[in-house]
Amino acid sequence: MAKRTPLYEKHQEYGARMIDFGGFDMPVQYKGIKQEHMAVREAAGLFDVSHMGEFIISGPEALKWIQKITINDASSLKSGKAQYSAMCYENGGIVDDLLVYRLQEDRFMLVVNASNIEKDREWILSQNSYDADFDDRSDTVALLALQGPKSPELLQKLTDLNLNEIKFYSFEKGSVAGQADVIVSATGYTGEKGFELYIDTEKANPSVIWDTLFQHGKDYGLQAAGLGARDTLRLEMGLALYGNDITAGTTPLEARLGWLTKFDKGPFIGSEALKKQKKEGLKRKLMGFKIEDSRQIPRAGYDICSPDGEKTGFVTSGTQSISLGIGIGMGYLPIEDAIEGNTIYISIRKKLIPATVTKPPFLKK
Amino acid sequence: MKFPDELTYTKEHEWIRDNGDGTATVGITDFAQSELGDIVFVELEEPGFSFEKDDVFGTVEAVKTVSELFAPVAGEIIEINEDLEDDPELVNSDPYGSGWLIKITPSNPADIQDLLDVEEYKKIID
Repeated sequence: MAKRTPLYEKHQEYGARMIDFGGFDMPVQYKGIKQEHMAVREAAGLFDVSHMGEFIISGPEALKWIQKITINDASSLKSGKAQYSAMCYENGGIVDDLLVYRLQEDRFMLVVNASNIEKDREWILSQNSYDADFDDRSDTVALLALQGPKSPELLQKLTDLNLNEIKFYSFEKGSVAGQADVIVSATGYTGEKGFELYIDTEKANPSVIWDTLFQHGKDYGLQAAGLGARDTLRLEMGLALYGNDITAGTTPLEARLGWLTKFDKGPFIGSEALKKQKKEGLKRKLMGFKIEDSRQIPRAGYDICSPDGEKTGFVTSGTQSISLGIGIGMGYLPIEDAIEGNTIYISIRKKLIPATVTKPPFLKK
Repeated sequence: MKFPDELTYTKEHEWIRDNGDGTATVGITDFAQSELGDIVFVELEEPGFSFEKDDVFGTVEAVKTVSELFAPVAGEIIEINEDLEDDPELVNSDPYGSGWLIKITPSNPADIQDLLDVEEYKKIID
């Protein structure tokens, strides 16, 4: 049976339609994807993303362990800061993308994708030769994402923390809606201002935070938002989704995550393969594309073709952009085609539909 | 969720209204529109298109997914709902009324009676 998050009853109460996602029974939508999407772009939306996994790595050699398994440079993180990163296999294929939080000097939190929790845990533990402890807190940590331009003003009503002082990719621990020790992190997956709230359910009740946000949220246009809107919002920003845009069969360099890949920090798992790939040159690259004909919507799995219909790549994510009203997508293109402004063709129901190659984000903010 | 008694239904979540004059109207059910979510585009074959039962006569694109439309009985399209061109969301807001999809002349009007009645359809989606 699919797992439930601590907010399951709230989803029922708010009329969510539920789907199985990564082994969890999750809300895909409440009132409708369009409405929830626009609420996040224009006001505020609240997502339950408690399905995400949280691992705590702590001890004298915690940093060394993390430096070995991740591609970004965690040594550059100060306490109170977070960074986007990824883990790779020796061959450079991606195990998962993740956030690394430096909670204290010798204490880190890794936030991983729900569908990868077990795989990641096994992988990380298999790479442990360090004096550090690993604690999988995924089942006890709830995660709410409050996203949208009105989020700071709304959340400020519920906390004594000064939210103005929490800069992008920073966090502080404090009380929210009377619930203790919540990690308030200025991060998200929507391209909007907002916060992610990590709630230790052994100390605090996430339902109280949910209810209190909605008690105050009416004045701010707050909507409950599901995974459907989360997907359209992240895709407009060109943010990768593991399992679609990045997988064990793709490398960070191919996925345009070269900016995360810090070769100068010293060896890490996958660094040799990635250096070699960089030296030899990429054969393909993850790019965005737009379809100007609003009646054609690209979907994951559709073929990308040359003008004469020969398959050259495939779509990894696609949707109708709710903000722009056009079809948008991402996919792996042969390197010679991966040029902004280039025309490619998407095979949609046996027709070749022209699309223009772009570098995401699709929505310029 | 509403399922009018006077309609017949298919396991592909379409409804058919026998107009009593040799024509019938076809749409998708309240359940189908709710499962699809926000509909952004409906593509339909043109009037004059003739089809066998279970042939594809169109496509519904929602934000989240795409779904093909299957002919409930054999026949020919005589009219398509032109309003859906500009307002595809009518299928969400009024699936049995202004959100209808096509009018057809069934090859054999009696075929409609062989489809599911409302109680049989409700059992399928339970």
